Amino acid sequence: MKRALTRWPALLILVLGAILSACGGAPASTPTESPATEATESAEAPAATEAPAAATEAPATEATEAPVAATEAPATEAEPYIFGMVLVGPINDGGWNQAQYEGMKYVEERIPGSKFIYIDKVNPADRPNVKVEQVIDELIAQGATFVVTNSAEFGDGTNIAAEANPDVTFIHASGDSVLAGKAPANVGNIMGKMIYGKMMAGCAAALQSETGKISYLGPLIDPETRRLVNSAYLGAKYCWTDVLGKPADQLSFKVTWIGFWFNIPGVTLDPTQVANDFINGGSDVILSGIDTTEAIVEANKATQAGKKVYAIPYDYKAACEQAPDVCLGVPYFNWGPTYLKAISDAKAGTFQQSFDWIAPDWTNINNPDTSIVGFENGAALSADNATKLDAFIAQLADGSLNLYTGPLNYQDGTPFVADGTTADDKTIWYSEQLLEGVDGQSAP
Amino acid sequence: MTTSNQAAPAQKPPKAAIRSPLLFGALALVGALIFTSIVLLSSGVPPLEAYRLIFLGAFSTPVRISDMIMLAAPLMLCSAGLTLTFAAGLYNLGVEGQMILGAVAAMIPLRLFPDLPPPLLWALAFACGAAGGAAWATLAAWLRVGLRVNEIFAGLGLNFLASGIALYLVLGPWRRVGQASSSGTEPLPNALWLPTLDKLRLAPIAPIVALIALAIIWAAVTRTRWGLELRAVGLNPQAAGRMGVPAARRLAESLAACGALAGLAGAIQIIGVFHQLIPSISSGIGLLALLVVLLVRANPAWVLPVAAAFAVFTVGSVQLPLALGTDSSIAGVLQGALVLFALLARGLSARK
Repeated sequence: MKRALTRWPALLILVLGAILSACGGAPASTPTESPATEATESAEAPAATEAPAAATEAPATEATEAPVAATEAPATEAEPYIFGMVLVGPINDGGWNQAQYEGMKYVEERIPGSKFIYIDKVNPADRPNVKVEQVIDELIAQGATFVVTNSAEFGDGTNIAAEANPDVTFIHASGDSVLAGKAPANVGNIMGKMIYGKMMAGCAAALQSETGKISYLGPLIDPETRRLVNSAYLGAKYCWTDVLGKPADQLSFKVTWIGFWFNIPGVTLDPTQVANDFINGGSDVILSGIDTTEAIVEANKATQAGKKVYAIPYDYKAACEQAPDVCLGVPYFNWGPTYLKAISDAKAGTFQQSFDWIAPDWTNINNPDTSIVGFENGAALSADNATKLDAFIAQLADGSLNLYTGPLNYQDGTPFVADGTTADDKTIWYSEQLLEGVDGQSAP
Repeated sequence: MTTSNQAAPAQKPPKAAIRSPLLFGALALVGALIFTSIVLLSSGVPPLEAYRLIFLGAFSTPVRISDMIMLAAPLMLCSAGLTLTFAAGLYNLGVEGQMILGAVAAMIPLRLFPDLPPPLLWALAFACGAAGGAAWATLAAWLRVGLRVNEIFAGLGLNFLASGIALYLVLGPWRRVGQASSSGTEPLPNALWLPTLDKLRLAPIAPIVALIALAIIWAAVTRTRWGLELRAVGLNPQAAGRMGVPAARRLAESLAACGALAGLAGAIQIIGVFHQLIPSISSGIGLLALLVVLLVRANPAWVLPVAAAFAVFTVGSVQLPLALGTDSSIAGVLQGALVLFALLARGLSARK
């Protein structure tokens, strides 16, 4: 009896905990809700316009079936072209996922009669036991005939779903299964050449840094993230030594990997903690490589506390708005134009499988209708440094400067690019290690 | 006046009827639905449409039915195991960790001998999974019986340790070549995946294993002397001891058996569901099984319908974000509310 008495509170706590943890998703995602409901509103909008139409045809029967018709009627009447996206993180993360989401909204605005649907937060922390194939099936069940999956680890699941759904066209963004020859014919890969964006970020960091201690808040380790760290380092080294004429040994470039694209408590390192470790270690510029905005948030806090710390966020054009006073700029993706072309092709039946690693539009990297990668200067970048950065970008644009020119060595001293040669796309894509001079783990 | 007079005596005789588990189950269900409806209404979601998706969504397509079965299988295994520990009066919160260790152990033969014939490897994976889960549970049993550490705390501690081990393996020794990502290890070669029905993710071996295990547990608890002794220990360990039942031994056995079943569930997650080790390989199924067992108590016969219903809710709710723009965690609210109201109803029924 005594045992039972002591156990009831424990049980209640357990059950309440289970309920709260289930609810926990809701408060964390409240900012997500508004766009989410917005999406469903737009999803319901055509249905709403159809309901009266249906009502005039057969008022008695259709009226009662209105809620059902909401999902089925569009197929028979207007037949909107439905395209979907599976996102690893929330659509309002101020980074990777928000940029992807807005790219799709760009397409929805430009293809009349099209409809965009999505499921976000597809990761083991937010949706345990839900696999990407399952989510893709849900999108297809809602009528999607074109699906974008937006994270590296969706590659295998995308291919499985593509084999099971040969009539649906897939884009695995940031993936390389087409290059590797593993993708079914209805899968394509799209990625922007963010290596240039990261070079600009590294350059801006080196130009503005006073201590020469630059740090990089890294996500997980794979060829993509190594390639981006290396590019940022090359940009920083060039602008530190060749533009500013400072000695190379006074520049330090450190990367710490958290283990995933964003914070998962108990699984990844806490990016807030890592950013603070950088700051306490004397670093005065933090480059972000993760999907979320911890780097700029913490840099801003430190600056308000009297230190001088800058940040360079990543992925999303408006990321500087979080804290303009410490933002040197942001290398960002602009997926809209590329997705518009891919989806238009698929709609017209002319989709061709390809591996597209697309360079910025060098005539104007910030043209929202042409350039997949851009760099938006931040308010904290001094006018002098902005001029230097523009000159650097101009050199990249006209091809007079190729930072992947040898001799370049990997961290362990093995040659990466031989003296006098330049690395081709495939070599850069599959960067096996960090470069010599970068402080951090390569995981070869 | 007359009506109240009738009502007053009416309260006494039907007490037996009121206390019947079915009625209380129905009351709990109604309470849970009301509670969940309030949550849904407060977030602006039409409850009827949400319930239609949650209750029936899992049956709408063959693909969803198969996903539901693949979730129900490990859930049934864990729940069946937990009926044993529940019968013995233990709250085995370590079931998550036992599932994780089962999954880790199931990976070992698959990594060491990938060239063996797949059927043999599957058998090995199941055997290792069961052994791994049982070993982890034995640790909890030793803490409970040997060192008198409450199994709730021992289980929770061991859960953290098990997640740590899985995470270490995923980011360290078992990571993908050239990568270090907590998204998981290299996927198993296709030949080692449990065979599935055409175009579905349904691997029939998983539910078969779960049903066989459930039948064995049902027979052991209700039809054997061992099960009787287990329940005696659960009711009163001291008295059972005086009657000649080796109480400590039965406690340890129930934990180890539960661990073995959770380990089987972990093995299913590896070879039947994810085909790789991920840090959250247990996916909260162990915790869900704890909720199932709070409803069914030490009665394995009810595990099948309740676990299946929970799997239906969970899979049905996957489409909520798309169809209604609400979060799928509403299924968790419904499940938790069901258990909470069942406990309340049971508490009320126990009051004289």
